[in-house]
Amino acid sequence: MSPAEAGGANGANGAKIAIRDLYKIFGRAPASVLPLVRDGIGKTELLEQHGHVLGLDAITMNVREGDVHVVMGLSGSGKSTLIRHLNRLIEPTAGSIVVDGDDVLALAPPDLRAFRRHRASMVFQRFALHPHRTVLGNVGYGLRVQGLTRPQAEERARVWIDRVGLGGFEDRYPAALSGGMQQRVGLARALATDCDILLMDEAFSALDPLIRTDMQDVLLRIQGELKKTIVFITHDLDEALRIGDRIAILRDGAVIQEGTTPEIVMHPADAYIADFVKDINRARVLRVKAVMSAETNGACGPVVPAQATLEEALTFFHSDPSGRRPVHVEERGVMGSVGLPEILRAVERPNVGPSDARASAMT
Amino acid sequence: MAESNWLIEFPALDDATLRAFNRAVDDAYLAFTRTYGAAIEDAFTPLLRFMVWFEQAMLGAPWWLVIAIVAGLAWTASRGWTLVVLVVASFMAIGVMGMWEDTMRTMAMISVCTLIAIVVGIPIGILMSRSDRLKSGVVPVLDVMQTMPSFVYLIPVVMLLGLGKVPGLLAVVIYAIPPVIRLTDLGIRLVDKEVLEATDAFGASPWQRLWGVQVPLALPNIMAGINQTIMMALAMVVVASMIGVKGLGQPVLRAVTNQYFAMGVLNGLAVVLLAIIFDRVTQSYGRRMQRYRHESR
Repeated sequence: MSPAEAGGANGANGAKIAIRDLYKIFGRAPASVLPLVRDGIGKTELLEQHGHVLGLDAITMNVREGDVHVVMGLSGSGKSTLIRHLNRLIEPTAGSIVVDGDDVLALAPPDLRAFRRHRASMVFQRFALHPHRTVLGNVGYGLRVQGLTRPQAEERARVWIDRVGLGGFEDRYPAALSGGMQQRVGLARALATDCDILLMDEAFSALDPLIRTDMQDVLLRIQGELKKTIVFITHDLDEALRIGDRIAILRDGAVIQEGTTPEIVMHPADAYIADFVKDINRARVLRVKAVMSAETNGACGPVVPAQATLEEALTFFHSDPSGRRPVHVEERGVMGSVGLPEILRAVERPNVGPSDARASAMT
Repeated sequence: MAESNWLIEFPALDDATLRAFNRAVDDAYLAFTRTYGAAIEDAFTPLLRFMVWFEQAMLGAPWWLVIAIVAGLAWTASRGWTLVVLVVASFMAIGVMGMWEDTMRTMAMISVCTLIAIVVGIPIGILMSRSDRLKSGVVPVLDVMQTMPSFVYLIPVVMLLGLGKVPGLLAVVIYAIPPVIRLTDLGIRLVDKEVLEATDAFGASPWQRLWGVQVPLALPNIMAGINQTIMMALAMVVVASMIGVKGLGQPVLRAVTNQYFAMGVLNGLAVVLLAIIFDRVTQSYGRRMQRYRHESR
């Protein structure tokens, strides 16, 4: 059922993109300080004693085919540096990146161009559209670079302009569009190339909250049909939880936790992540499939879809709070059941800090 | 007396040594011109032919055709009637005051000089923008070209090529080419880094990146450079008349030497009118090219 299983042919462990031990050190002689970094020298120590900046620290990560793989971190955590390594806009200091079995770091310039043209396209935080091209020209740009003629490129570009809801704006210049519309152009430009990997660098971060949600919907809708492999960078946890199949959390250039949304929310790896996720609305983020049990005996009443959020699932318990409800997994039928106690346990905010407890006791 | 105090007077080389030094340089250059002068002159023959042909074409064309062509250019560049009216009125005034022929010669000269400056200058500017080392080598040369009094480099040019059109052309191009080089370099360096990153991310080749993104986005600056180049070429036309370049410069020169006040002012004004026309036409073309920046939401 899951696209990950379908993509099992790729790489040793079914990863579309496999990153191993990736280091990036900024400075005058990165190779000279690499051994120190491998021995675990700290970021501040490296900067103060050796004048080098640690960008990425031993990143190892698998991106499965068809997943939206979110890389989350605060500014300076190295997430934008990481995504630029995937199409080698930045060269690493050490490590390997393998896409579909091909070592990206070994590509010669013409092969790298072919890789960027046909296999991985990118959407940028600040849109980075060509100001001197119309919407049509921008969306068709990747196709023109691929070598298509202008009429061919324009024909395909028009399809994508319509898909992202910009029909009628083909002949406008980017300067005449709002931020949200410009990013639709950016998205259409990336999708038009027909690459099966989409790199999105804080693609929606520069947009207003309402427009951001809107764009997330556009992306999720398109992703539902196309099943591309998307690496999505963001600093916004709500966005990460909303669109991510898997989430990797980055701090100081290192991955501190990687897992599915429920794993991150319910079992944060350390205090930093726990602090991150403590304020989110679990009932809206977690889905039934994350808390269901495989037990089907004794389940009765209306069938709950596995994709429903816990908040939606609560409505199934209005008539009889004590019973268990069968859970229906898409394309596979009823696969288990869910009861109110485990929903409530998942919704509960874990490790309420002592400071919070004290504050409420005093009032 | 001969042992003058070097603390009070600068201990310069004595006159005989200086004379010998100047003589040696002059002789060496003279020898160079005698050996290679003819060959260099031959190399410029195609340019001279083109120059002569272009000037004859402008002189031979009926006056109304020339005005119509220039007015047409003004319309294409600005899509407005103001500039067209300015062009027609200026040329009428020039014609009425009997300066048509000189003006045509000057226009031919300026057009050819600008064309050469563009053809040579833009590639140099592009190369400069790609290499900081080349830039650090070219910039001092441009500084010298712009600050050296223009009469000074007339001397070697005349020694090498004699009087006439080609040395005049060279002098004007040397004087006028720096802005187009500088602004091409600047314009390309100013292109938004994020836009270039996106261009790379889509796999553009260096050639696609240069002609599809860098040069188009640098065009407003390049146009400003071309505009400056034209203005400087016009300023140089009067100086170039000293080495036999025909056109509006010669009557000005004659007026200066003979104190013909009215003649000097009239021909000077004709140069000013030409300058204004060239300036407005190139500027409005440059503005129209970047209209995408100003399209309202």
